[in-house]
Amino acid sequence: MKISMFHLMPHRDLPADFEKRYHSIWVDPPFWELADPEQCGQYYNWTLDELIYAAKAGLDGICVNEHHQNAYGFMPGPNLMGSVLARATAGMDVAIVQMGATLPTTQPPIRVAEEYAMLDCISGGRIVAGMPLGSPMDANYCYGIPPIEQRDRYYEAHDLILKAWQARQPFAWNGKYTQLPMVNLWPRPVQQPHPPVWVPGSGSLSTWDFAAKHDHCYCFLSYFGSKLAKNVMDGFWEFVATTNRDANPYRAGFLQLLVVSETDARAEEEYYPHIRYFYDKCLHVAQEFAAPPGHQDYRSLVNTVKKQLRAARDLRDQLPNWKYKDFIENGLVIGGSPATVRDRLVEAIKNLRVGNLMLLLHIGSMPHELTLKNIDLFAREVYPQVRDIWDDEWENRWWPQKLRGKRALAAQPAVAAGGS
Amino acid sequence: MVTTQDRTVMAWRDQIETRVKIAGNGPPLAFLHGAYGLQWDPFLDTLARSHTVYAPEHPGTTPGSPDSIKPLDNLWDLVLYYYELLDALGLDKPALVGHSFGGMVAAEVAATSPERVGKLVLIDPIGLWRDDHPVRNWMAIPLAELPKHLFADPEGPLAKMLSAATANVESEAAVDMQIQLMWSLACTAKFVWPIPDRGLHKRLHRITAPTLIVWGKQDGIAPAVYAQEFGDRIKGSRVELIDGAGHLPHLEQMAQVTKVIGEFLGS
Repeated sequence: MKISMFHLMPHRDLPADFEKRYHSIWVDPPFWELADPEQCGQYYNWTLDELIYAAKAGLDGICVNEHHQNAYGFMPGPNLMGSVLARATAGMDVAIVQMGATLPTTQPPIRVAEEYAMLDCISGGRIVAGMPLGSPMDANYCYGIPPIEQRDRYYEAHDLILKAWQARQPFAWNGKYTQLPMVNLWPRPVQQPHPPVWVPGSGSLSTWDFAAKHDHCYCFLSYFGSKLAKNVMDGFWEFVATTNRDANPYRAGFLQLLVVSETDARAEEEYYPHIRYFYDKCLHVAQEFAAPPGHQDYRSLVNTVKKQLRAARDLRDQLPNWKYKDFIENGLVIGGSPATVRDRLVEAIKNLRVGNLMLLLHIGSMPHELTLKNIDLFAREVYPQVRDIWDDEWENRWWPQKLRGKRALAAQPAVAAGGS
Repeated sequence: MVTTQDRTVMAWRDQIETRVKIAGNGPPLAFLHGAYGLQWDPFLDTLARSHTVYAPEHPGTTPGSPDSIKPLDNLWDLVLYYYELLDALGLDKPALVGHSFGGMVAAEVAATSPERVGKLVLIDPIGLWRDDHPVRNWMAIPLAELPKHLFADPEGPLAKMLSAATANVESEAAVDMQIQLMWSLACTAKFVWPIPDRGLHKRLHRITAPTLIVWGKQDGIAPAVYAQEFGDRIKGSRVELIDGAGHLPHLEQMAQVTKVIGEFLGS
């Protein structure tokens, strides 16, 4: 098992009536009404400190990602964060999981190849190269990519990056979206032939197909927990079985919200407001931004409109009425005492057959100190009991080579990261 | 309603299948539809009384051929494809009538190959951009809010009909219509996202066909100020502003618009 902490870097202090007063948390929320730059500086530094704390606490990896024009998670430059993390974790057996720089919106895309190679050099071969397609909000609205072209641009950028990392001779790239006369990347990644590639997705067949074809790790990034993900992941494994790929659980990644406290009751008391904040405010995205026509190809569009749309609407309509226990019982959040969390987590991992787990240990408005507590309790009381799953049988081929062995468990409670 | 006949045309080295709806008698007239796709409507019925109307479906929007959008990468490809289509239909100097997105395409064809077009009618075309009057991003309008932005009278019969059609998630036909509408938005946006300005302002002066510009005064997508922008750039053109009409003046004030167009085409 490899378990990483995922951080979105959200706004932690949105007004209580945010979702009623504002149209959307993404694309058009007014910055000067809702935030100020000094406060953002504080959020960035807390985020970095929390991830570094997780690294020191013994987790296997730390993840950041890219989003634009929003209060949901605003790291427009994930590699800026990654480079601080790579340096601050020098000498530690922790992976820097970039989930990552968005391919279709980076022009020319060799910028991603260069920056990931830099990170791999700085970290001494510890990066995971996430290759996201980008959300419609980011790619279409904030960065102006025609929705119908987004996937095609992604495929081309992917091929260019992989070739740029591996080619021994300079080459010309005559693509539809990028033309370069002489590609000759400096630097090259430490990991050869290239860092492991993870492909985030939301359950579409074309992404499964792509990940299997290239033998990349497929990561289902959902905020709706393992129970609702079961269908998707079963579909994924059935699909993998139809290809020539093995059923190695490390071929799959999953994102899970998780909160731990001393007791189940205490977990509810401490974390419920932040869970509420996350689902009410952070996911308050205007529908027209989330699904511009063309973002899905025709077949997926038909499938979504006819089958999935109503189910998604039903769930969205229910969420505002949910209590803490509903989030727990439906599996959207794994939470409670260490023993409860352990049981639920083992169940989720086995149910979905995932080897690369990403945990959202900071959620919405969670303050810094509570986040450190969550990381600390997870690392000490839960992680040691789940870290051995799958390892008797499978090797994680999608993890930096030098980190594939077990990390030494942190002997002491992690030292609190210095305040910033 | 007149009887329409469908003709399927293969173009672009047989990679693009286009269904063309044809009706009426008289000199040829090609109608290029807007971003929401082709519906044969009473406006086209009226045109078909005096002309043989050819109404092609934008590449990718012909049922059964969603991939026909793939071979066209940019506006230049699209314009060349239209040359091929007009040739394949055997149309000699047809009148070209375009609405909204189709108006932009019609203007591009008339500007880049002036000899192909007999007369040109542009109904609330897009294609120009002014920072002080930005064109509304129609892709960002939720289906439920369409009537408010498309019509001068958001409570009128057309607006009500549209509201009912987009809100219906129970009937299979209504859902199919919504899918068709969304896919049509996707296929047209390929050539104009994120800003519907591909440099048409540099080319409009090349148009030689007699040109009529019709604009809904209360257009909530492309404000009526653009009517004069087009008028000023196309030599000898005539501008008609239609009161009580939004982005679809040919439907919202059909009698008035068909009269103006009829006089223009007939003269």
